[in-house]
Amino acid sequence: MVKIRGPSRKMQETSTPSLFRKPIHSGSAISAADFPVPEVRRILVAADALEREDPLRRAKRLAKRRVALLFYESSTRTRTSFELAAKALGADTTLVSSLSSSIEKGESLKDTGITLKALGAECIILRSPFAGAPCLLAQATGLPVLNAGDGMAEHPSQALLDLRTILQLRGIRAAAVSEKCLRGFTLTICGDVLHSRVARSNALLLPKLGAKVIFCGPEELLPEPAAAMGPGIAIERDFETALRQSQIVMVLRIQAERLAGLKVDLDEYRRRYQANAERIAACAPKAPILHPGPIIRGMEITSEVADGPQSAIAAQVANGVPIRMALVARALKGGRR
Amino acid sequence: MRPLLIRGARVVDPASGLDTKRDLLLREGKIAAIDGPGQIRAADAEVFDAKGLLVAPGLVDIHVHLREPGQAYKETIATGTAAAAAGGFSSVCAMPNTVPVNDTPEITRWMQSPERGASARVFPVGAATRGSLGEALTDYAALKDAGVVAVTDDGKPILDDGIMLETLRAAAVLDLPVIQHAEDTRLTGGCSMNAGALAFRLGLRGMSVEAESSLVERDLDLLKQVKRGHLHVAHLSAGKALDAVRAARRAGLRVTCEVTPHHFALSEERVALYDTNAKMNPPLRAESDRAAMIEGLLDGTVDAIATDHAPHAAHEKEQEFDRSPNGITGLETALGLAISILHIRHRMPLAGVLALLSSRPAEALGLKRGTLAPGSAGDVVVFDPAEKWVFRAAESRSRSKNTPFDGWELQGRVRLTVSEGKVVFRRG
Repeated sequence: MVKIRGPSRKMQETSTPSLFRKPIHSGSAISAADFPVPEVRRILVAADALEREDPLRRAKRLAKRRVALLFYESSTRTRTSFELAAKALGADTTLVSSLSSSIEKGESLKDTGITLKALGAECIILRSPFAGAPCLLAQATGLPVLNAGDGMAEHPSQALLDLRTILQLRGIRAAAVSEKCLRGFTLTICGDVLHSRVARSNALLLPKLGAKVIFCGPEELLPEPAAAMGPGIAIERDFETALRQSQIVMVLRIQAERLAGLKVDLDEYRRRYQANAERIAACAPKAPILHPGPIIRGMEITSEVADGPQSAIAAQVANGVPIRMALVARALKGGRR
Repeated sequence: MRPLLIRGARVVDPASGLDTKRDLLLREGKIAAIDGPGQIRAADAEVFDAKGLLVAPGLVDIHVHLREPGQAYKETIATGTAAAAAGGFSSVCAMPNTVPVNDTPEITRWMQSPERGASARVFPVGAATRGSLGEALTDYAALKDAGVVAVTDDGKPILDDGIMLETLRAAAVLDLPVIQHAEDTRLTGGCSMNAGALAFRLGLRGMSVEAESSLVERDLDLLKQVKRGHLHVAHLSAGKALDAVRAARRAGLRVTCEVTPHHFALSEERVALYDTNAKMNPPLRAESDRAAMIEGLLDGTVDAIATDHAPHAAHEKEQEFDRSPNGITGLETALGLAISILHIRHRMPLAGVLALLSSRPAEALGLKRGTLAPGSAGDVVVFDPAEKWVFRAAESRSRSKNTPFDGWELQGRVRLTVSEGKVVFRRG
């Protein structure tokens, strides 16, 4: 005789929830979409304060705290400014890059993260060729993770420093940042939007403050669904039409390393989308020109424009350190763990 | 094996339209008798009191990956079929993308050997081409003799028109269905989720619905040229592809198709923060496609719910989204999802839901399963259609735990599974 127990048998709790259901540390900066406007304001205000602060006092803020930079892709601006930012706050930094570490031997991101944590890292700054890698690292380690660029997905610290640049150019104080502070303002992002994490993070961040973002580029580098990725985004295929509506212009490089077989007619691209002196003078004679770098002169932008009076590229780069100081400080706030 | 008398249950046999209180006797691996309550005398039988429960034909899953031979760290035939049994499945069709690929009678026989310790009947599906390389056809007659019930190159769809036509023709001669994983892989290189605004925002390359529908349309065109040819479209996910199947069926073509529980339960939003337990191929689609799958299940266009059970080790899934392999486990959640979503939410009669999980998939691949008619295989599932329970991945019988349904409350819980007269799963 087979016995059947009633349906009241108690459920056992799972011991190991999926890695992907583990929490992400609130000090992380993974997506520009994660920052509510007051948080954006706090970060910008903190960047101002840290920038102004006496370097010796500032260096006591995170004295001897450990920050790891984990870079699976090459970087000049982002890596240097994150490193300088962490050091300016007094933290010890260590750089792990894919070409000189056990990553080359096949160590996974999860294991690399666990290793860095065991070595005392309290925050990891990650650049990865894979979209979503910062989420995975944050979930695997429980540490605050600062996204220094993940594949084609996001580059939130770049969006914040671009925002700081824009606010400076518009004469808006950090403390005045609000849902409306960029109302009536239009930024055109022109170029290889498809592969650009900078474009995505900016398009997720700036409309929160009332700005309009125009994506501009040919179909193969700017697919139609891009306009639906968030509110406040439009597509304009004609660069000159876009320029005429814009107060600021951001030019992007064609990311040859991510084209994955995609064919782009570069002559045609230059003809239609290059930011050159004639076009800028005719259509956007007053608009500051931004570029997240690296710049390929003669391709998406000419030297005349990159080095010209409207170029704000150097100011943009300079904003990297204060913004990243604010992000590192935010990640490690609450004193020593 | 002692005979088994299941007493006092509501018996639903979609194949015969039976839905009433009956007793059921299994003897020597077969359904021996089915009769009114208290009518069957079998003094030697073990008695299972199924009062308040539902008895149906043992479920049939025509699309599973058991990973043996070659990838026992993900799953074995023993662990995979244990999960099947726990989910109410008495039979499963094992896809040939093993290591090596099941393209020979020897491997086909090896998979069915008693030493594998299977808890459910394993019907191997053979590779359509040698090594699933899409070049030279395997020996369909020899494979069929060894027990293969269909041919496919599953994850490596046959793109070449000539080879696909040859495959359909050679299979038609032997009355074997050709299963196609409909994906034009020339359009999906580097893609890891559904194409659209969400993929764009997440910075992931997207697979278009056209990559699926265009291959379905191509295959249907080829099918027209093949007398008695039978195409079975695996795991449809796009409404556009389903529409093509619907139209072809109306035009009289012999085409059948399946939909997975995850494609009618989830949409692409489930990818959320790059959760690789929402990464599979075909990908989770837009909400409108999910709705189209439900519609196809309700209106009869879809022949089968098949799980595409695809176990992967934790270390493989705990990777960056693009690096993670495709697939999720599904054997233990299929019945609960089907009842919760199709029966409870969409009011599909229980008999219809059970048909999609037993008689109709069996019919689609020509298996003599999925019926309670006396003399047929002793495959039975007994479950409580009203019991609500929480699925816990950690408690899964599968060797792998890669499921997006961990922690889901489902309705309909298996109590007993019998495969060929043998009790292969019992709860409590």
